[in-house]
Amino acid sequence: METRATRLSLRIWTILVIAFLWIPLVLIAIYAFNKSVVQSWPIPGWTVHWFSIAWHDPDVRAALWLSVKVGLVATGAALGLGSMAAFAIHRFRFFGRESISFLLLLPIALPGIVTGMALNSFYVFAGIGLSIWTIVIGHATFCVVVVYNNILARLRRTSPSLIEASMDLGADGWQTFRFVVWPVLSTALVAGGLLAFALSFDEVVVTLFTAGNQATLPIFIWNNLREGQQFPIVNVVAFAVILLTIVPVTVSQRLTRDTGVVRRGAALTAAAEATEITTV
Amino acid sequence: MLVPPVAVFLVVYVGSLSVLFVSSFWTVDSFSGKLEHIWNVGNFRTIFSTADPTYLRIAGRTVGIAAAVTVTDAILAFPLAYFMARIARPRTRTLVFVLVLLPLWSSYLVRVYAWRLILSNDGALNWALGGIGLHLNIAYTNWAMWIVFSYVWLPFMVLPVYSALERIPDNFLEASADLGARGWRTFSSVVLPLVLPGLIAGSIFSFSLTLGDYITPSLVGGAGSNFIGNVVYENVGVNANVPFAAAFATVPVLIMAVYLSVARRLGAFEAF
Repeated sequence: METRATRLSLRIWTILVIAFLWIPLVLIAIYAFNKSVVQSWPIPGWTVHWFSIAWHDPDVRAALWLSVKVGLVATGAALGLGSMAAFAIHRFRFFGRESISFLLLLPIALPGIVTGMALNSFYVFAGIGLSIWTIVIGHATFCVVVVYNNILARLRRTSPSLIEASMDLGADGWQTFRFVVWPVLSTALVAGGLLAFALSFDEVVVTLFTAGNQATLPIFIWNNLREGQQFPIVNVVAFAVILLTIVPVTVSQRLTRDTGVVRRGAALTAAAEATEITTV
Repeated sequence: MLVPPVAVFLVVYVGSLSVLFVSSFWTVDSFSGKLEHIWNVGNFRTIFSTADPTYLRIAGRTVGIAAAVTVTDAILAFPLAYFMARIARPRTRTLVFVLVLLPLWSSYLVRVYAWRLILSNDGALNWALGGIGLHLNIAYTNWAMWIVFSYVWLPFMVLPVYSALERIPDNFLEASADLGARGWRTFSSVVLPLVLPGLIAGSIFSFSLTLGDYITPSLVGGAGSNFIGNVVYENVGVNANVPFAAAFATVPVLIMAVYLSVARRLGAFEAF
């Protein structure tokens, strides 16, 4: 339908936009090997020196370790809460069902700064000192929805007759779970968990409000950028963060394929579903 | 089974939101710095004051740049989404899809930082422009914020526009051609109305995410580039005036509430 010229210009446009999306990431990768401490372009020479400096830097190590701990705990909490909520929403019809879906989506639907300061004023109000746990709670509130969406999507695509068949064939509740439900859900759980971890690992907007004096890896970058310090180390850390978030996401994409999980995209899909239900 | 997650959520999240909302009607004593629980609308009066339009100007800048970013992303995303949905072969489509999605997931802060390096005076942009004898001093300006925001939220626009385009049946276009419509006519009377919900859905992301941001303005914006988010952040931290921060934070939330209800009318939620 489209003329040859239209097709060609669309193709060129696509290539240009993708270049626009990737050039900054490639540049960060190159800057990580920058020989000079001055961040100008082109870089004067190559070195892997900063990798070892960054690796042995106690602040970087502390930040990395904190990020990993927070990510793991928040992901664990999100897996528990998110899958329970998904099961309940899928299995039962009850009063306030739609509002619960909506409630779970709020932390991602509202601007991060609102979530951040809401939690911050809650902690101040309740007299809770900022610690690793306040960071974890903050991260868990928006990680739950990722797990919840993944599990719910998988449950909706799974035919209930599978479970009925298993029961008819004489399996008890545990056997049905072990041999029917679990194989169906496990990849969704892993995918949801990986996404939640990636989300937590890279979060900065909410974390700045809930972290107090401790620095997660993104906060380490943020602090150094604001104070204009240690750019070579920041480059290496930035490069590492890109690699560390891209890997889990790629794995999780492969595991889910058709669920099309996108951070806020998934949230809005579910929000749309929630509003559809309420309007009908 | 639903009790634990919902209980946690109710207590922590809704609790915090209510505390926040209520506190926007309180004040902080300017001498003692103590929170006074006296109900008043003084915070909102300061924000909407026309005598001292500082905060109105900040709100205006935030909304203006959010709108500019949304339009830019729509223009950048549409041809790409069209290529993905209607021209690319399945293999190419998957590849483009992955190439668009991965940057979305790599750290937001790092991507903003990358642009700081690119836009700086001796950065990659000026190196490239130097080849044709140009030099741009746009680091730490509103232009820089516009570029960086358009960059970071672009994938959010591509996805809903793509899924809207993909759903247009081929025979709609054939029918339009059979009825004598040329390419442009088909585009404006058939394709565009059908993609509109997708465009609006994408605009929800780019608009709302820009509206609530304070990282990009602090890292690539200049001295006079404060966003609503920056004022909120400073008032929670340095200035310790949470009531005022809370009051200002309700502005983007209200704008988004209006935006979302309009978007729902226009059918944006069916576009996913």
